[in-house]
Amino acid sequence: MGVKRPNRRDFLKRGAALAGGVTLGAAEPVIRKATASAQSIEEQSQEVPSQEVQDWSSDELVAYGERSQHVTSVREPVNGRPSPDDFDLVFHIGTPLEEQVGAITPSSLFYFGTTRGSIVPTIDPAKHRLMIHGLVDRELIFTMDELKRFPSVTRLHFIECAGNGSSPRRGRLIESHGMTSCAEWTGVLLSTLLEEAGVQADGTWIVAEGVENVRGASSLPMAKAMDDIIVAYAMNGEPLRPQQGFPLRIVVPGFEGILHVKWLSRIKVVDRFYMTYNDYGHLRQDPDQAALSYQVGPKSVITWPSGGLDLPGAGFYEVRGLAWSGGGVVSRVEVSTDGGENWMDADFRGTPQRMAHTAFSFNWTWDGSEAMLMSRCTDELGQVQPTRAQRKGGLDNSIQPWRVQSNGSVTNGLA
Amino acid sequence: MGSLKLLPVLILLGPAAALAQSPTFGLGRTPSADEVLAWDISISPTGMELPAGSGTAEEGALTYRRKCARCHGADGTEGRAPRLVKSSRGSDANPWSYGRILPIRAPYATAVWDYINRAMPLNREGTLTHDEVYSLTAFLLEINDVIPEGTVLDAQSLPMVVMPNRDTWAELPDWKPGMPRLLGYPY
Repeated sequence: MGVKRPNRRDFLKRGAALAGGVTLGAAEPVIRKATASAQSIEEQSQEVPSQEVQDWSSDELVAYGERSQHVTSVREPVNGRPSPDDFDLVFHIGTPLEEQVGAITPSSLFYFGTTRGSIVPTIDPAKHRLMIHGLVDRELIFTMDELKRFPSVTRLHFIECAGNGSSPRRGRLIESHGMTSCAEWTGVLLSTLLEEAGVQADGTWIVAEGVENVRGASSLPMAKAMDDIIVAYAMNGEPLRPQQGFPLRIVVPGFEGILHVKWLSRIKVVDRFYMTYNDYGHLRQDPDQAALSYQVGPKSVITWPSGGLDLPGAGFYEVRGLAWSGGGVVSRVEVSTDGGENWMDADFRGTPQRMAHTAFSFNWTWDGSEAMLMSRCTDELGQVQPTRAQRKGGLDNSIQPWRVQSNGSVTNGLA
Repeated sequence: MGSLKLLPVLILLGPAAALAQSPTFGLGRTPSADEVLAWDISISPTGMELPAGSGTAEEGALTYRRKCARCHGADGTEGRAPRLVKSSRGSDANPWSYGRILPIRAPYATAVWDYINRAMPLNREGTLTHDEVYSLTAFLLEINDVIPEGTVLDAQSLPMVVMPNRDTWAELPDWKPGMPRLLGYPY
């Protein structure tokens, strides 16, 4: 198969028929507005593909590869939700998952939330330090250069905000699921640093703190700290983005987003749950609810087609989605096109990894009648994604249905 | 010959085996006591790290008017910033009916002190004196009926305050690697 670069019209034509077939590769975007490709296939097939190519010559395109001017996907404030302070600051910025291809969210589109509407700080990495102190044999303070000399790990992990959740009122994917993203993170295992400092016997918890204006801090149990938390300085092959904690953050695989402290400057080893502002907000009265607020459950969602898109007509489509679990590796994803009556195994795109988005696909020939698309995730622990009725609480991991109407319009199946 | 080649390896392993707790990589430096003190703003529920200083609700009311009321409203209920006074939504016997409001929902008064100290006022964080933080904490606890009028809060008395929610929240599970999200449930 050749590496011919398709132009936009060529892409639309093929995209309408095959929804981003294999020749296009992972870098090609999914169509932002399916309405743009809503011409009938007969109409399109009569067009002569244009071969015109414009020159790319600006320094910006060369020095730090800007994407094509024809690719327009962007993050959005989720549901226009303001910060709790209502100071005209947006609390959460969602990622346009319906346009993502593959498991990795581009760094520029990675969702982010802020601690109480604080602004994204500008931090000089040359002056940034990480201190580890408290119940340790040797208190330590590191420069960024020193941290980068430690043995490193590079792993895919998702981060998801506890506020992510389906609702009859959230009609588009970005509104119901836009606050989850996945990146390849590089950094030092926190266990490496804690072993270097020597955790004392009564050090059973840590408090991780950022250096931003409100000094956001979260408590985590030592068992998690010693298991797989990454003190990360890079994502997707380059330094962290400021929105993601540049120059340093923790990634807490599979745990709720608020625990992944950004702009990390201090880790204190302590003897109990320290109950920070972030921690107290997560308290629950019911033990089951409290347990549910830690680890993200098995979850999946069909990203294409999803609410707000339009299918151009009956025929073949690759249905695509993402699956993930805070419990480990995704072991199975099933898809239903009839609202959960019948389930069929989806194919993984790439090898599933622990606490990472796993891309899946399902070959579907739509007969043009109303359909209800759903996906269901099972993880390595045998945990199965619940229906909305089975869901008990915590971060919403319930099955999201998308209704495909006979005219091709896709809407929220809960509405 | 083979044993001679192993000799340097054994010499290297010797001290490591003797001092299993010694650092492996030797990177970073030891912070000074002053550095740790300056950076460490965490406050344990025991109040262990609380600094010297003190304050009353009466003093706190003055500071509140000058530094907080503009955003939180004159009485802590009507500002653009989050509400600071309990809103009874049911039985007063259940602290969970007061709403998610820090000075009434937090299980420990230290959490209130900590948050004011680290994060208030917005955009001028870290400018309050320790006395001001003690007095604002006293003010917020008094208007929420947690402490009686005239209580002096300091490093000794603050951790002794019994918050309404001290014993009504559920402990998080003892997390272990490979644990399901919720024991006994399918997910």
